[in-house]
Amino acid sequence: MSATRVQLLSPRTLPLLSSGRVALFLQGGGGPHRGGVGPRFRSLTSPPLSCSSSSPGRALSSLSTTRRGLPKEKMSENGMMSRAKVLTIDTMNPTVKKVEYAVRGPIVQRAVELERELSEGMKKPFAEVIKANIGDAHAMGQQPITFFRQVLALCSYPELLSDSTFPEDAKSRACRILNSCGGNSMGAYSASQGIESVRQDVARYIERRDGGVPCDPDNIYLTTGASDGIVTMLKLLVCGEGAMRAGVMISIPQYPLYSAALAELSAVQINYYLNEEKCWSLDISELQRALDEARLYCNPRALCIINPGNPTGQVQSRECIEDVIRFAAKERLFLMADEVYQDNVYAEGCQFHSFKKVLFEMGPEYSETVELASFHSTSKCYMGECGFRGGYMEIINMDDDVKAQLTKLLSVRLCPPVPGQALMDLVVNPPQPGEPSYEHFIKERTTTLSALAEKAKLTEQVLNTVEGIRCNPVQGAMYSFPCITIPERAIQEAKELGQQPDMFYCMKMLEETGICLVPGSGFGQKEGTYHFRMTILPPTDKLKILLNNVKAFHQSFTQQYS
Amino acid sequence: MGRYQTSEVPPQRNAPFREQLKWGKVQPTGGRRRGGPAQNMSTGRLRTLSKSLSLKDFNIAFPAEQLKTLPVCDTDRKRRGVGDHNAARMSQQAVNGVPCRGKVLTVENMNPNVKRVEYAVRGPIVQRAVQIEKELREGVKKPFTEVIKANIGDAHAMGQRPITFFRQVLALCSYPELLEDNKFPDDTKKRARRILDACGGHSIGAYSASQGIECIRQDVARYIERRDGGIPSNPDNIYLSTGASDAIVTILKLLVCGEGRDRTGVMISIPQYPLYSAALADLGAVQISYYLDEDNCWSLNVAELGRALNEAKQRCKPRVLCIINPGNPTGQVQSRQCIEDVIRFAKEEHLFLMADEVYQDNVYAEGCEFHSFKKVLFEMGPEYSSTVEMASFHSTSKCYMGECGFRGGYMEVINMDPEVKAQLTKLVSVRLCPPVPGQALLDLVVNPPQPDEPSYTSFMKERTAVLAALAEKARLTEELFNTVPGITCNPVQGAMYTFPRITLPQKAIDKAKADGVVPDMFYCMKLLEEEGICLVPGSGFGQRDGTFHFRMTILPPTEKLKVVLQKIRDFHLRFTSEFS
Repeated sequence: MSATRVQLLSPRTLPLLSSGRVALFLQGGGGPHRGGVGPRFRSLTSPPLSCSSSSPGRALSSLSTTRRGLPKEKMSENGMMSRAKVLTIDTMNPTVKKVEYAVRGPIVQRAVELERELSEGMKKPFAEVIKANIGDAHAMGQQPITFFRQVLALCSYPELLSDSTFPEDAKSRACRILNSCGGNSMGAYSASQGIESVRQDVARYIERRDGGVPCDPDNIYLTTGASDGIVTMLKLLVCGEGAMRAGVMISIPQYPLYSAALAELSAVQINYYLNEEKCWSLDISELQRALDEARLYCNPRALCIINPGNPTGQVQSRECIEDVIRFAAKERLFLMADEVYQDNVYAEGCQFHSFKKVLFEMGPEYSETVELASFHSTSKCYMGECGFRGGYMEIINMDDDVKAQLTKLLSVRLCPPVPGQALMDLVVNPPQPGEPSYEHFIKERTTTLSALAEKAKLTEQVLNTVEGIRCNPVQGAMYSFPCITIPERAIQEAKELGQQPDMFYCMKMLEETGICLVPGSGFGQKEGTYHFRMTILPPTDKLKILLNNVKAFHQSFTQQYS
Repeated sequence: MGRYQTSEVPPQRNAPFREQLKWGKVQPTGGRRRGGPAQNMSTGRLRTLSKSLSLKDFNIAFPAEQLKTLPVCDTDRKRRGVGDHNAARMSQQAVNGVPCRGKVLTVENMNPNVKRVEYAVRGPIVQRAVQIEKELREGVKKPFTEVIKANIGDAHAMGQRPITFFRQVLALCSYPELLEDNKFPDDTKKRARRILDACGGHSIGAYSASQGIECIRQDVARYIERRDGGIPSNPDNIYLSTGASDAIVTILKLLVCGEGRDRTGVMISIPQYPLYSAALADLGAVQISYYLDEDNCWSLNVAELGRALNEAKQRCKPRVLCIINPGNPTGQVQSRQCIEDVIRFAKEEHLFLMADEVYQDNVYAEGCEFHSFKKVLFEMGPEYSSTVEMASFHSTSKCYMGECGFRGGYMEVINMDPEVKAQLTKLVSVRLCPPVPGQALLDLVVNPPQPDEPSYTSFMKERTAVLAALAEKARLTEELFNTVPGITCNPVQGAMYTFPRITLPQKAIDKAKADGVVPDMFYCMKLLEEEGICLVPGSGFGQRDGTFHFRMTILPPTEKLKVVLQKIRDFHLRFTSEFS
């Protein structure tokens, strides 16, 4: 199970080892505490789950196959055992093995398992598992926006268009969407770049948002969630070998989609650190340091910014965005602006500024040269419609030939999910004043956003009352990323288990309180500091309980290891 | 235009030209690639394209991409001497000695694998079709009033109506307030509640587990068991996906490793569905082509598999065998015997099997039956069923439902190493989850109304009507094409396409070559311009040297299909006489 360790071993010892690993795997698969088996846990996120849930018979048969094959079978050309599996951990794509995604990592797997145990009646020190690991608004009880869902129901089953209970604006939106679908059905493929009328609506939305800066629908690509757009852009950028391999600058802490995508694409990750002391702000001098160091071993080509920040919740100032744009222009970097939390700004004095808008306000010297891709999604903001996998990206100043390549590349996957495209259309073209659904829409939207603002403040306040927890204000997005002090003895114990200290901490919290957080190590953090990411999405009452439980846990943990 | 080809050469090399030569699309008119002629040809090609396609206000067109990519090949060639590194550095300083004030990201310094990706089903001809549609809307006079896109298996776009039951449940899931509405039958409400109960916060707006919603995976497993006569299926082996394409690419991704002669090779049929060649190009894997036997109704011959494999062993490490059954674009349905042979071959040759079975309900021909690879594998006994590694793919996009836009699908993995499976689960977690509406739809497909439920009768009626119409259209297509001199057409035993062979007059071939266009592309482009019918040239799928085909979907409504077939017939006769 320990992919990393095995990789270090010489290939010659592998056949021997592989049977040993299977045995280990089986052993690990049994008891409820194997979630804690740290050393083998780090690089593999899910073996416990798949193992525990597959039948022992199957696992055994694979074991015996492996063993049976070992000594007797003929060797193939390159010395590998020909009767082992075709596809093994040793013969699979090495870049996939390097992929890590903590947000759905081992701790979440363990949380799912705990839920199952609870449902089977097992006694635990808590009654339910609270998954505060991910920004999943609806799972936390947030209700969908009525208007959006009405239109989606109409689009799904157009017979409802004759139903008088649906408001006229919902019907007119549905008709407009259906009229741009092949055969007037969401079941038809759309253009690979996305439905044209939806792209037009996105462009108009961006123009409104950016105070009239023009937006060309041909620069809009609808995507399967923002992740899809981000990975696609990174894929275009990757080339070169050795010291000329494409390097991509990402913030630390980062959203691990970036590191995962870079690992898979074998691009070089260039870390720049956000300044925790200054509310996770971005310093240009730090960008410069990171870039200069990276130039020695790779070819830095892209700079990724997440604003508002995930997991760190900062909102970038207009000035800082200008500085970043100047930096990108000077250093010839392709800018990727992840702006999926653009409506999630809570702190007084903070405001969302899109990179596009700032870029264009800086004049043609920048607006005609700096290459930028900006990403948005239906999953965050006030709608939180993660399951639909809707999103778009706007590309600016992209070379026409590259754009043609991008369109071609996307066509292979045919099209983004059409219900997600429809939803994206509603997000960028919501009810207008004068339309029947307007008031209700605004009420729902405002309620969600003001509740989030309240929860952001609450989270910061409560966590800062805990000795050993230090928390920056949650200016925006959906997460708090507090710094936690972990006692030396706990660090030692974690190390003995081969675990990251904050993983040890979070795993213990999960086992004792049922609260599922993501350790800071999954996002990256300055060495010697520890954090966790917690979403602020639970309903206020539940969030209060959650925060108090975190507080109580931290105190008892600190006491236990002092 | 020979570029949307499948690449047979290791992709690290200059794929496009080699391919064209290999496929016989472009005759090497003296000298090797290094020489002038190839380059001249590409320039000629540029001119033709830009003229015929009037690219001005159409900057997303593939032809535009081609215009610019060709000179890039030259750059590629020049820089090969200095290595890839310098290519990347040139973006910072200079390209070919010219100071580069240009873009950070250019076609010269972008991901070279992406450049090699080709996908004819949505290639230049479709871009041109979209453009013609726009022209028609703007009032430009054409010899036809509408463009018929017979290039893709998009049932709803061709007028097929969605299955009522599916859409009712989806509406309920989208807007659960409708659960109070007494217009909806009880079984739709029951299904909707079950799906919503399995969603976080009872909303299809929540992320699901990355592998897919558990109860849906259970339903899929039960569906497979019913389909395969009781052979057990473990829900843990089911991964829901964003259409079948997503899952196919994911499995290929797991399998790719090694460099040089150790690079993973993947066997795919020719003709193939170009997702495969595109994914292999993207992943830098080696494509190993095996040819289906057109004279035997596009059947698969194990001897041909052996030939392809042995030849490939010289240049790569073959690890995977992909089968599409029922076949796309070729419409054949594999016999049980043939599937057994393939499984034996995979076992002997130590290959991972990928069975693309998205057309499993689309079997029309008398005496043909769909046999799943899984079922045959298990009926061959434990020697096979406990060893041969396999992934089988299905989707909501085809069969009788044709719900392409929802991007629903699943794969079942069999005998996969548990550690690899863990890696697979991790890998899919990065993309969070497949679209939940698509998952819900898939659930309905694998768990449709039962005989005692209120929606059963209307569901069965709709389903049967679609499948019966498809069977009729399959027959109609074959019959009509075979009356045309110069078109020969195998029976459409299954799937949704016909892939007839067309005889092109030598003069037309010469004209195409002079224009720098593959002959069947020349033919299809002319058909599009003259009749408004959009087909995909056979070269986009691969075909034996010197043969020409096109793929046409049989999905248009019967009356319209008759018109389409008639128009193609007239066009073909006209084309033949024009170039005789």
